[in-house]
Amino acid sequence: MAEAAIKSGCRHFFGYPITPQTEVAAYMAKRMPKIGGTYLQAESEIAAINMVLGAASAGVRVMTSSSSPGISLKTEGISYIAGSDLPCLIINVQRGGPGLGGIQPSQADYWQATRATGHGDFHILVFAPSTIQEMVDLVYTAYDKADEYRMPAMILADGMLGQMMEPVEFPEKEADQKIEKPWATTGHQNKRAHNIVNSLYLDPNELEQKVVERFKRYERIKEKEPLAEEYLVDDADIVLVSFGATSRIVKSAVNSARAMGIKAGMIRPITLWPFPEKAIQKAADTVSCFMSVEMSMGQMVDDVRLAVNGKKPVYFFGRTGGIIPSPAEVLEQIQKTMGGAK
Amino acid sequence: MALKNFLLAGFGGQGILFSGKVIAYSGLMDGKEVSWLPSYGPEMRGGTANCSVCISDEPIGSPLVLSPDVLMAMNLQSFDKFIDSVAPGGVAVIDCTLIDKKSSRTDITAIYVPATALASENDLQGLANIILIGAILKHTGFADFEAVKKAIDKCVPPKKRHLIEANLRAIELGMQYE
Amino acid sequence: MAVVFEKPKTLSDATLHYCPGCTHGIIHTLVAQAIEELGIEGKTVGVAPVGCAVMAYNYFTCDMVEAPHGRAPAVATGLKRALPENIIFTYQGDGDLAAIGTAETVHSATRGENITVIFVNNAIYGMTGGQMAPTSLPGQITQTTPYGRDVSTAGYPVRICEMLSTLDGVAYAERVSVDCVPNIRKAKAAIQKAFENQVNQKGFSIVEVLSSCPTNWGLTPVEALDWLRDNMIPYYPLGVYKDITGGDK
Repeated sequence: MAEAAIKSGCRHFFGYPITPQTEVAAYMAKRMPKIGGTYLQAESEIAAINMVLGAASAGVRVMTSSSSPGISLKTEGISYIAGSDLPCLIINVQRGGPGLGGIQPSQADYWQATRATGHGDFHILVFAPSTIQEMVDLVYTAYDKADEYRMPAMILADGMLGQMMEPVEFPEKEADQKIEKPWATTGHQNKRAHNIVNSLYLDPNELEQKVVERFKRYERIKEKEPLAEEYLVDDADIVLVSFGATSRIVKSAVNSARAMGIKAGMIRPITLWPFPEKAIQKAADTVSCFMSVEMSMGQMVDDVRLAVNGKKPVYFFGRTGGIIPSPAEVLEQIQKTMGGAK
Repeated sequence: MALKNFLLAGFGGQGILFSGKVIAYSGLMDGKEVSWLPSYGPEMRGGTANCSVCISDEPIGSPLVLSPDVLMAMNLQSFDKFIDSVAPGGVAVIDCTLIDKKSSRTDITAIYVPATALASENDLQGLANIILIGAILKHTGFADFEAVKKAIDKCVPPKKRHLIEANLRAIELGMQYE
Repeated sequence: MAVVFEKPKTLSDATLHYCPGCTHGIIHTLVAQAIEELGIEGKTVGVAPVGCAVMAYNYFTCDMVEAPHGRAPAVATGLKRALPENIIFTYQGDGDLAAIGTAETVHSATRGENITVIFVNNAIYGMTGGQMAPTSLPGQITQTTPYGRDVSTAGYPVRICEMLSTLDGVAYAERVSVDCVPNIRKAKAAIQKAFENQVNQKGFSIVEVLSSCPTNWGLTPVEALDWLRDNMIPYYPLGVYKDITGGDK
C-alpha cells in the first residue's frame, strides 16, 4: 500500500505510531529518504493531519495513515481539509472500539468514515479494499479521484488486511499527476494574484453557497464514481452485502450455500462513500431479502436499508470487538434466514 | 490440490510466523494464490503466536484458517486448542519434544516429530520449526522441494544469509524423519 | 509632495478588521516590510491562526493558508517539507500558540523546522471576547478570571521564549514589544532577522511580540500601551533569548 502511494507520486508521509498500521509507517520511513521524499513522525495525530493540510496546500500528493483512535483525533484536520477543498490520502486500518478498544480487526468506523470524519456538512471519498492487490490498486484510484474532485480520500481497511500478506503486482505506470493545481499556495512568484487556502466564511450566505457548490460536486460523484463487485447476484434469492476483509468470508459462505442449493449472492461495495445504491436497488427488484454482514453491530446496514427503501427485508449479522466472523457462522445465518423466508 | 489451509501455532519466538512465510512463499514459487495472516482472532491468547496460511489454485476467500488441512503444533496449549479443529482427512504435525500428548482422533493423520530435540542434536538450534516444515512437506507434498528452497532463500533476511544452509539441512532432516 | 511613508505592497488594500488602538496593524506592517525588503514575497507562504489574526490571509498579499486553531506550525511544517525553497511563516496569537497549539509549537521548534514564527502575545483571548490566556498575568482580570488570575487555581503564565530557548532545535528566539517607537524599531529588526534566518537556512526562528488589546483590557489605546509597559514587560522581559545564527551573515 505504501509502495503504491509512492508509485502514485506521493513523496510526503506524516504519521504517528499506532497499532495495527505501523507497517505502513515503517515502510515509508525506510523508503522516503531514498527517493528524496519526506517521512516525518509527528508529535501527535493532530499535528500529522495538519502537516498533511500544509503539504496538500502546496499541491503535492501527501498521505497519513492511522488506526481508529488516531483517526478520531484527525477528524478536526480532515474537516478543515475538506472545507478548504484540498486533496489528500488517509489510511484507516480499523481496530475494535470504542475508546481504546482493542487491536484486532474491526469495521466499526463505517459510520465515522461515511458520515462523521469531522464537524460540518461534507463528505470524503471512502474506498474499502478486500485484498492486498485491491488495496494497492485503490491507492492509485484514491489519489486520482481526490485530485480530480479536490477532496480527501480514505482507504478504510481493517487489521486483517493491515497485517496479512498476499502477492501483489504493481501497475507499471508511474502516476502522471496531470491534474493542474492552480489553487496551490506555492508562492505567487509575482506572476499571479495570491492564493488563499481557507475554510472560513463569516458571511452565512457566502458559506452556504460554498457548501452548496461542494454538494453539487458530491452529486456528480454519486452519479459517476460508485464501485461495487457483484457476485452471483443475478439469480440470487438472498444477497449478502459486505465490504473489506469480511466480504472474503462472506464469499466463502455464499459458495457453501450454493453447494447446498441455496441461491445466495453477494454485493461488495468498494466505495463506501459514494455508496453503490444502484447496485442494491437493482438487486432489490429480484431478490427475496438482503443480509448485511459486518465486523460491527450494524453500521453499513443503514445504507443498505436506505437503498432498499422498504422493498425487501434487510437482515444483519455481525461480530464486533475484534472478532472475525467465520464462514460457518455466516452460512448458518443464511440457512436460518432462508429457512424462515420459505 | 485445490486448497490447502495451514494453521501454525506455538509460542512467540519459535519462528511460527517465519514458518508461515516459508510455506506461503513456497506456494507463490509454485505459481499458486497464497495468503499469510498472523495471529488474529479469538485464538490469540496466552502469549501464543499463530499464523494462517492458504495456498490455492483459486483466489483465496477467507484468509483466516479455522479448520486447517494441516496443523503444525509447537506447544501443548496449541495442541489442545486446535487438534479438534483439524479437517477430517487432515494432517497434524506435532513437536513431541514439547508436547507429550497423543491425539485420539482416527480421522486425521498425526505425525510426531521430536523437532526441538533433533534441532539440538544436529546443531540446528532454533530451527525446530523448519524441521517440522520438512515433515509437513514429506507428508503432504504441499509444494515442490525446489520451490521450498527458493522460498527459504526469499524469506531469510539479508543479515542472516549464513543461516540458509542450516535451514536447508533442517528441511531435509524433517523430510527424512521416520 | 514627497512620499514619506508608503504602505508595503505585501499588505493588501483590504480594510483591517482590528479594533481601534490594537497593535496587530503595526505588527502586520512590520512583517510585510520585512518580506518586502528581503524581496521574498513571491516565494513566501504565510499561515494564519485562529484568533484575532484569523483573517490575516486577506491582509498579506503573499499566498496564505488558514490553519486550524493552534496547528499553524504543523501546517507550516507540511508546507516547508513540500516547498523547501519557499519561505514559510506563521502568525499566531497567545491562545493559538501557547495553549491549544503548545505541542505543535514545541515540536516544530525542537525539530528545528526552518520556519519563521511571529507570536503576538497580548495576554488575553481577543476574538472570543477577553477570556484568560495562557499568558494572562497573575491577578489580571479577564472575563473568565473576574477576580483576577489566581495562580493557585488557574496556574502561572507561560513564558514561551524562555521555554523554547532550552530546545536544541531553536536557532533564534527574541521577545520584543510595540509599545513605543524605539521598541517598534527593535521589533522590526527582530522580525527581519527571523525571516533572514530562514532565507539563510538557519532553522527555527521565533519573535514574540508583546502587544496590546485595549478593547478587552478595558483601557484606552494609550492607557493600554502604558499597561503593557508597566505590567507585561516586567513579567516578560524583552531581549534575545537564543541566537545561534552567528550574527549577520
